[in-house]
Amino acid sequence: MAGVATGGIYALVAVGFVLVWQTSQAINFAQGEFVMLPAFLVLAAMKLGLALPAALAAGFALSLLVLGLLFKRVVVDPILRHGVLPLVISTLGLSLFLKESVKEFYAAEAQAFPAVWADTNLTVGEAVVSAQSLVIIAVAVAAVGLLQWFLAGTRTGRQMQASAQNPTLARVLGIPVERMILYTFLVNAALVALASFLVSPIYLAKFTNGETLGLAAFVAAIVGGFNQVRGAIVGGLLLGLADNFVAAYWSAQYRAAIPLFLLIAVILWRPQGLLGRAEERTV
Amino acid sequence: MKKILFAIVVCLLIGAPFALKPYGIYLLSLWAVMAIAAIGLNLTLGYAGQISLAQGSFVGIGAYAAALLTTQGWPLWSAFVLAALLSLAIGWLLGYPALRVQHHYLAFVTLSFATLVFLVLRNEEWLTKGVYGISGIPRPTLAGWSAKSPLAFYFFCLAILALVAAATWWLVRSPWGRAFTALRENAVRADSLGVDTRRYTLMAFAIGSALGGVAGVLYAPLVQFIEPTAFNLNLSLNLLLMVMVGGAGHFLGPFLGAAVSVLLPEWLRFSEGLYLILYGAAVMLLMAFCPSGLLGLAERAGRVFK
Repeated sequence: MAGVATGGIYALVAVGFVLVWQTSQAINFAQGEFVMLPAFLVLAAMKLGLALPAALAAGFALSLLVLGLLFKRVVVDPILRHGVLPLVISTLGLSLFLKESVKEFYAAEAQAFPAVWADTNLTVGEAVVSAQSLVIIAVAVAAVGLLQWFLAGTRTGRQMQASAQNPTLARVLGIPVERMILYTFLVNAALVALASFLVSPIYLAKFTNGETLGLAAFVAAIVGGFNQVRGAIVGGLLLGLADNFVAAYWSAQYRAAIPLFLLIAVILWRPQGLLGRAEERTV
Repeated sequence: MKKILFAIVVCLLIGAPFALKPYGIYLLSLWAVMAIAAIGLNLTLGYAGQISLAQGSFVGIGAYAAALLTTQGWPLWSAFVLAALLSLAIGWLLGYPALRVQHHYLAFVTLSFATLVFLVLRNEEWLTKGVYGISGIPRPTLAGWSAKSPLAFYFFCLAILALVAAATWWLVRSPWGRAFTALRENAVRADSLGVDTRRYTLMAFAIGSALGGVAGVLYAPLVQFIEPTAFNLNLSLNLLLMVMVGGAGHFLGPFLGAAVSVLLPEWLRFSEGLYLILYGAAVMLLMAFCPSGLLGLAERAGRVFK
């Protein structure tokens, strides 16, 4: 169960990562730090005297503003025309910037983060399941389900998909492509904020949290298939399960190396990802 | 103009350490070592266009090779040979799966490889002594001339840097180097012109990694105490930033980038934690306005003044 819960969080982060990649070809190396930051926004809001629900709402709204709108306008837009590599470097700079800012202006030590749900254990038959894992799984499933419905079932969602698959044609059809790209950045910000609120009560809020989470999101995206939202979900779950099984039954020391082995295995046997379609190479 | 500037810099590099305190000499030596690793990465990234986030791990492999061999009484040159060959082979193996697919996959493979190397260095205590690190790494003696003092070791590093720079200068002008650039500019066209793209890409990656190993061999006797955290992902990212900040694909880029990255923190020490925040912001600004790095910026400024 803990594996599925971890996987659910990885999946949330990976889905956001894939969405941004699909619409703007931006590989966000700061994705992990994006998960780290919202928890600190909430903590800061609580320090100002807000109650937990209000602080969560404020943190969520601020995340949308900073990690969605500002990230696109200030960081991605000016650089994207220079190509992929400068953007990779720039998001590396951004991750350093976010990490060090939190360390400098908030705290270098791990901070306790209030859980919305009390951490009790439920006994279902023989198995003991932590309530927190169940909540995480429920929220992750709800979020991903909602997103799938939004992308496939609403007009805006389908316009977003069209913009991702073929921006030129979408523009010809009168879809405001720029705004659709902005929407995917906002969806990404919402997903990472959600992941942040779910993961921080377990692992505590610390400025270095992003390092492992970011890598997990990349690997989940590649394992599942870079061009598929469903792929990212499967990749996230698989990585979460593998992570927990290896830590429990084999070697906790090499837990952080699981992504590498999964990554190389997938690249060697199925380079387009488990659910991905092969892309043609272009000149 | 360029020749005069070059002569001044060389004179400074040779003359300055006589006027510096040991810590200043240490920083200059560190600059030389980091410049070697950055030259290697520049070959991979700047000339062949392959992004690597594991250059710091190759420095780590080199450093541990040097530490383990020299504390057992082997001479340093044996460490150079071992580290270069080991990094070359690992670089080749690592690039092999990644190049089956699009080029940004190499970034993720190298990223997770950097994590793996760190874990091995930390966990395999029988070999690397884990978090306790390895201390008492001796400095080399060459044909009776001892490089024990900071000054002598600095000149040793400088000499190796000059050798590496000369070899790279020759390499990028050789048919191999031309093939590397052809790969970066347009891999498909290079392929159709008869360049074996896969082999050359792997070669660029492997040679770049080998230079990382060489830098590591110098790093170990320079600091004389190594432990795993020195070679975690941060070092790799730092080296990548050095190359990009200096100017990827420019021959002098790594020298400048290494100088910025090694010396600037010392000058900005008064700002403490703010330094890294400012550095992150500066990198973003540089990429937004001049993705070809400081040398690209200088070139542009030069054109304006003409």
